[in-house]
Amino acid sequence: MKELPRQRTETLFTDRKGAYTRQQALVEAHRCLFCEDAPCTRACPTHIDIAGFIRKIATGNLRGSAGTIFESNILGRSCARTCPVEVLCVGDCVYNELGVPPIQIGKLQRHATDAAIEAEWSYFEAGAPTGRSVGLVGGGPASLACAHELRRLGHAATIYERHERLGGLNTHGVAPYKLKADIAVEEVDWVLSIGEIDVRTGVEVGKDLGWEELESAHDAVFLGVGLGADHRLSTPGEDLEGIVGAVDWIERMKTGQVDVSEVRSAAVIGGGNTAIDGVRELLGLGIERVTLIYRGDDSGRSGYDHEWDRAKREGASALWRAVPVEYEGTGRVERIRCARLDGDKRPTGEEITVDADFVLLAVGQAKLGDAIAAALSGVESEGGRLVVDESGALGRPGWFAGGDASNGAKEVVNAVAEGKRAARAIHEHLGGA
Amino acid sequence: MPDLTANCAGIESPNPFWLASAPPTNSGEQIMRAFDHGWGGAVWKTLGTPIQNVSSRFGAIHHQGSRGVGFNNIELITDRPLDVNFREIEEVKKHYPEHAVIVSLMVETKEEWKEIIARSIDAGADGLELNFGCPHGMCERGMGSAVGQEPAVNERITSWVKEYSTVPVLVKLTPNVADIVPHGLAAQKGGADGVSLINTIKSIIGVDIDRMVIEPRVGGLSTNGGYCGAAVRPIALHMVAGLARDPAFQLPISGIGGVTNWRDAVEFILLGSSSVQVCTEVMLRGYRIVEDMIEGLESYLREKKVDSVAALVGAAVPTFSEWGDLDLNHETVAKIDPETCIGCYKCMVACHDGAHQCIFPARDDSRVPIVDEAECVGCNLCEIVCPVEGCITMVEVDNGFTPASWNDHVGDGKTLRPKKGAH
Ligand SMILES: Cc1cc2nc3c(=O)[nH]c(=O)nc-3n(C[C@H](O)[C@H](O)[C@H](O)COP(=O)(O)OP(=O)(O)OC[C@H]3O[C@@H](n4cnc5c(N)ncnc54)[C@H](O)[C@@H]3O)c2cc1C
Ligand SMILES: Cc1cc2nc3c(=O)[nH]c(=O)nc-3n(C[C@H](O)[C@H](O)[C@H](O)COP(=O)(O)O)c2cc1C
Ligand code: SF4
Repeated sequence: MKELPRQRTETLFTDRKGAYTRQQALVEAHRCLFCEDAPCTRACPTHIDIAGFIRKIATGNLRGSAGTIFESNILGRSCARTCPVEVLCVGDCVYNELGVPPIQIGKLQRHATDAAIEAEWSYFEAGAPTGRSVGLVGGGPASLACAHELRRLGHAATIYERHERLGGLNTHGVAPYKLKADIAVEEVDWVLSIGEIDVRTGVEVGKDLGWEELESAHDAVFLGVGLGADHRLSTPGEDLEGIVGAVDWIERMKTGQVDVSEVRSAAVIGGGNTAIDGVRELLGLGIERVTLIYRGDDSGRSGYDHEWDRAKREGASALWRAVPVEYEGTGRVERIRCARLDGDKRPTGEEITVDADFVLLAVGQAKLGDAIAAALSGVESEGGRLVVDESGALGRPGWFAGGDASNGAKEVVNAVAEGKRAARAIHEHLGGA
Repeated sequence: MPDLTANCAGIESPNPFWLASAPPTNSGEQIMRAFDHGWGGAVWKTLGTPIQNVSSRFGAIHHQGSRGVGFNNIELITDRPLDVNFREIEEVKKHYPEHAVIVSLMVETKEEWKEIIARSIDAGADGLELNFGCPHGMCERGMGSAVGQEPAVNERITSWVKEYSTVPVLVKLTPNVADIVPHGLAAQKGGADGVSLINTIKSIIGVDIDRMVIEPRVGGLSTNGGYCGAAVRPIALHMVAGLARDPAFQLPISGIGGVTNWRDAVEFILLGSSSVQVCTEVMLRGYRIVEDMIEGLESYLREKKVDSVAALVGAAVPTFSEWGDLDLNHETVAKIDPETCIGCYKCMVACHDGAHQCIFPARDDSRVPIVDEAECVGCNLCEIVCPVEGCITMVEVDNGFTPASWNDHVGDGKTLRPKKGAH
């Protein structure tokens, strides 16, 4: 894998939820009630034994604690940072019912997993070789979790990734105040340390390597391709300088350098989590005025409340029920002319103009399923999503998928759960118990 | 306002809260500050031939984030010159005539006892406490618990002291005995005016598992210490109550051991203590805790409509019965309040693994567990593990059986209800 440059804009950000000191972790761990059939564990897509790992922190058994986490979720370290715990495990902590602050599960998980990876504790060994090989397309969380589990089961694994580095959006997309690229890459190396996961970076399957070629090289295939490029809306003026796709810009900010020193006021188009991340990242880089422009109203945005609340505290403003109809400016964008919409997202006839010399488009990403379905008989897609059964199998024998490509874009932790689930199904498909 | 004054064996104090003989009562300066905070009395750090202490001296149990729930020490009696101690006692009594100053003593020969008693009384002691309890160091030299563990020696030395003392004498008992009663009776026979208990319990507080050395570590060695603090309270309560309920034992009691607040103190009073002594909690949190102890005791008395501490002393002693006299037909079962239940299922796992397998998961998605009352033995375990106050209660069941104890059953053939949970 290609080394990350040292100079990266993302390093300007500090961690939103900092690391616990040993003492802070102990205090928090001792608060855990050690529930039975715990709701937090149910809420976790990878079903980590949360009460179990927290108890081990409390007794000073950090090695065992991290082992408990990794047993369910090999990317437990990045999930500790990226998971929207407010709507997952922490959201279901029984303390919420009691009106007592819930256990900070993510921070405790970070405490244990950081310790494990820093100390280079190893937990897993590859299984006895089965002589079978699996090709995994994409090197994001879904494929990593799948490949690791396959190695535990003794299968050979080859990951094809079109980027120079693995990690998928952990490396390229997640907001740097949650997870920075170097930590993501360090985690990838740690996952790969189970041994003999063959990594082919800079290879785009379907272009550099044919789908059928891939199929004939392996006994089974896993598609963990995630989503495609940022959507654009073809609004007049969209090709002015200063208007960029959000995911594309975030990737450059995380793995290289972006310069927003000249930007005075920015706008982010969209209402999802990528849009809110973009807002917070721009504010974090020192841009004073950052406006979210969304066609629905506050209650209709899909981005999490806890994230938008933080963005507001950091100084964000929003223009609800508005959609850009033209970007204006000479050479570079200066203003956005927006149409006001009613509650049904229909134009009211009113217009409003917002000053902006930088615009992030966060209106969704392309879905890759249709193109793959078109190229491979048996593989089906629905609304761009790959259609899988409950084990992760696609309609073509020996083909499996998981993560954003098939779940329609959820979280890192869902990709991990689905990658692991698919590995089990692949194992069964290959004749394993 | 309820009367908080205390009179324990003729030693009077403005309230029943005394500092136990220990580091908080090392010096006059400390005791005067303690009195300013509100302590009613103080038992001076044990006087005798001044010793030399080791370092370090203390160890503690930290449990699930709470520091010092149990404590132990290997320090000995006073290491300060006797002249200085007596001068300070005099000074304290001059400034605080209303407060109780009890001087704790530990010497060997009859001559020594005679001399140190005279000097204590000259200095103004309101009472004497004989340290027959220290379980480390001093006992190796034939004092402390070496005396307290031998009723005959205890009685003899107590009678010497009584011969010379013109002020009330308390004998401080050691808990390092199988049955406390003969030791209390020995003090009584020797003529003591009262007893105080407990001193510390022989203990090893822990082992440093990295160095593989017992704690507290003195270089590469350690020794057994004396255990005290909150964790010892149940043992102390049992010993206090054991003496209080014994018909032959007639002396007043000063209760000690694990008192951390007014509630703990009330428990000691209810089991027969007319004053209550505190050491560890003050070492951990300072003299200032007494303000709340006084307020708490006062409002408790008001709430219970009891007009004096004296009227409370021993109120719960008659409830200390024998197992054979408990009513086997008394039946309680656990009830879970669905409104306050938070669905942690702790009760369920406790009942399944540690009790009688009669709490089950909710049948719907409420996560309010279901108690099979027909099987519940009423052991309280679920109520103990429940993190929500008042969510699980043990409610009485009218099963139609008239009360019958084991003794009634074997003696008079009274009928017992069928056993529950013995599947
Ligand atoms: C801006 C942004 C912020 C996010 N923040 C969070 C967050 O805070 N917390 C959270 O839990 N989730 C977050 N997510 C979602 C999360 O990143 C994804 O759900 C998760 O990464 C999905 O994992 P995946 O393995 O399915 O896909 P990806 O992580 O997208 O990985 C897919 C990989 O496949 C590669 N690939 C695609 N096609 C090919 C091909 N044909 N050949 C070879 N390689 C290919 C891609 O280059 C990519 O590396 C965020 C997403 C975005 C866009
Ligand atoms: C550090 C330390 C020193 C003590 N020194 C004495 C002493 O000199 N004489 C004595 O009678 N008891 C001594 N004790 C025992 C206490 O007076 C008291 O009986 C015991 O600690 C139990 O009370 P507690 O639980 O409130 O601490 C000492 C206890 C401690 C912790
Ligand atoms: S009281 Fe004991 S037996 Fe009854 S439900 Fe609770 S734990 Fe089980």
